[in-house]
Amino acid sequence: MVDKLKNILEKMKLVLEKVKYALTHNFVFRKTALYWIFFSFLKVKITNKRRQSIIGLSFILLWIVGYLIFALYPMFYSLYLSFFKVRLDGASIQMTFEGINNFKAAFLYDPYFVQILVGYILEIVINVPITIVFALIIALLINQPIKGKGIWRTIFFLPVIIISGPVIQELMNQGATTLPSIREYEIIRLVLNNINPTLATPLQSLFDTILLVLWFAGIQILIFLAGLQKIDREVYEASMVDGAGPWASFWKITLPSIKPLIVVSIIYTVVSMSVFSLNEVIIYIRNVMLGESTVGTLTTGYGYSAALSWLYFIVMVVIILIFVGLMSIRKRSRL
Amino acid sequence: MKKTIRMSKEIIRLFIKKDFQQAKIKLKRLFVGVKFTDGILYNILVYALLLSFGYVYLYPILYMVTNSFMTMEDIIDPGIKWIPSTFNIENYRLVFVQLNYFKSLLDAFYLAAFPAISATVSSAIIGYGFARYDFPFKKILFALMLMTFIVPPQITMLPMFRMFSRYQLLGSIKAFVFPAILGQGLNGALFILIFYQFFRMIPKALDESAQLDGATPFKVFTRIYLPLAIPSIVIVFLFSFVWYYNETYLSGLYLRGSDLLSLPLKLDQYISNYTSIYPEGSRARELMQAVKLAGNVMTLLPLLIIYFFTQKQFVESIDRTGITGE
Repeated sequence: MVDKLKNILEKMKLVLEKVKYALTHNFVFRKTALYWIFFSFLKVKITNKRRQSIIGLSFILLWIVGYLIFALYPMFYSLYLSFFKVRLDGASIQMTFEGINNFKAAFLYDPYFVQILVGYILEIVINVPITIVFALIIALLINQPIKGKGIWRTIFFLPVIIISGPVIQELMNQGATTLPSIREYEIIRLVLNNINPTLATPLQSLFDTILLVLWFAGIQILIFLAGLQKIDREVYEASMVDGAGPWASFWKITLPSIKPLIVVSIIYTVVSMSVFSLNEVIIYIRNVMLGESTVGTLTTGYGYSAALSWLYFIVMVVIILIFVGLMSIRKRSRL
Repeated sequence: MKKTIRMSKEIIRLFIKKDFQQAKIKLKRLFVGVKFTDGILYNILVYALLLSFGYVYLYPILYMVTNSFMTMEDIIDPGIKWIPSTFNIENYRLVFVQLNYFKSLLDAFYLAAFPAISATVSSAIIGYGFARYDFPFKKILFALMLMTFIVPPQITMLPMFRMFSRYQLLGSIKAFVFPAILGQGLNGALFILIFYQFFRMIPKALDESAQLDGATPFKVFTRIYLPLAIPSIVIVFLFSFVWYYNETYLSGLYLRGSDLLSLPLKLDQYISNYTSIYPEGSRARELMQAVKLAGNVMTLLPLLIIYFFTQKQFVESIDRTGITGE
């Protein structure tokens, strides 16, 4: 049995060598020691650099093909669709050109989209800084010389495993993400009842969502932790000799050294919150696409949902740019 | 800890000796420490914060686990909040039977494992190409690769849905494996980045000697670099597996109406079928809450088990991704 297989492999090898030879020594393409000759007259000198780049590109080829098929083509196709009204009749699709009507409809006729989008923007603007601050605090805490480091890390990284749509949805429905016990504390109730209602309402909603927000901080905690551990201990020692306390050294050493990581974390947080499967905008877009929420004739179907996704993407990129811009402005004025 | 006890003993001795001046200094030393970060006050603060954050993180899990054991009476009874009156596994039994748990779990693992394996293989190859070779437009291609991370799935989902339906890939695992094998799976850019950073760290001299011995570039990759990259491979596979396992948005679309469903989706379907039988506000509906939670616990259980065995890899992963600068 084994001998037979070996025999076959041996024969295959001979055939493959012939094929290889035929592929590199024919009229269209010929390979010599120094040149690649196409059609007998196009000579390309193979330098080491060229060979390296060809090998590199062939490693990347997989990605290039995937990018064209699964990223670039769908992006352009959905952009193209967003200017049409698309109707599916069985297997065939009917498309009527609408110009920018789809985009107009999103703002003028759609009773839900703008409302949901504004809600999303507010949520992101409030939640992202909170997530970052809490992630930083937790990372700083774990970075202290504490007992049971491994256990704490395990706990704080748990959400990355658990955060999945249906489970979170379930916990949200049952009120398990609102931490009822926080509001039961006398002090917090006292504070909430006695301050100005304009201040109390956001505070209250903060308590309601804090758990969910903290649960988004898993990866960011690790990013910060890795950054904190890379800061040279000697810098802290030198600053202590100069009389800097822990407070000063946090603002003057720790924060500036992990600033790039804050930008990374912001981008990560915005993206993960925006593509989270319970995000209202995302759910709405899918419902529009599947025709489950129909408002009027224009505001439904593939074309309209493509327009909505592009609007959503643009809003997301703008939010990221604003956050990153704010971070870099502060850096310049401090220096 | 020992130091603290020794210091407190010393302070008490000083008090007995009525040396208040010395005692005051020692007391201050005990609470505030020499540089504040080594005093008791600071430690109390750190542990109090850790405990409260830990509570916040564990609360939903505790809630889920305890409530899933409750009977109908326990749920309605306002006096019972944390500890069920009886240890009731009826909810689990119901989920176990109704969901056909082992078969569903096998399906879910199948749905998560194959895309995860393809994503790991492809991102290793692609990351290696980006890390080791120079070629024209490398920077632009790399930037495009990173950009794919930001593009929300809604934009590409629609045309991909049509593409898949045209080639009859809907309702099969191929709808996930094909993008993954071409480096466009869930969070593909992140995984490529992990391998990119890893392969860049290894000195180039290593493969030069292999090349002199006549190894082809692909052999250098598989024989020399892949064995070195095993920690990264494990990390990427674990992350990819967990994300595919938890994925519901795209699988809800691509696998619509097929038998092959991820476990979270299957649970969702079963619950909504079950609840629609009973009228709003009936007692049986109240019980469904506990059943749902039991289902969720059982959905998460495999992941939790995997996590507890591999948490070291997860926690150390970010060090290797290199998004921490450089």
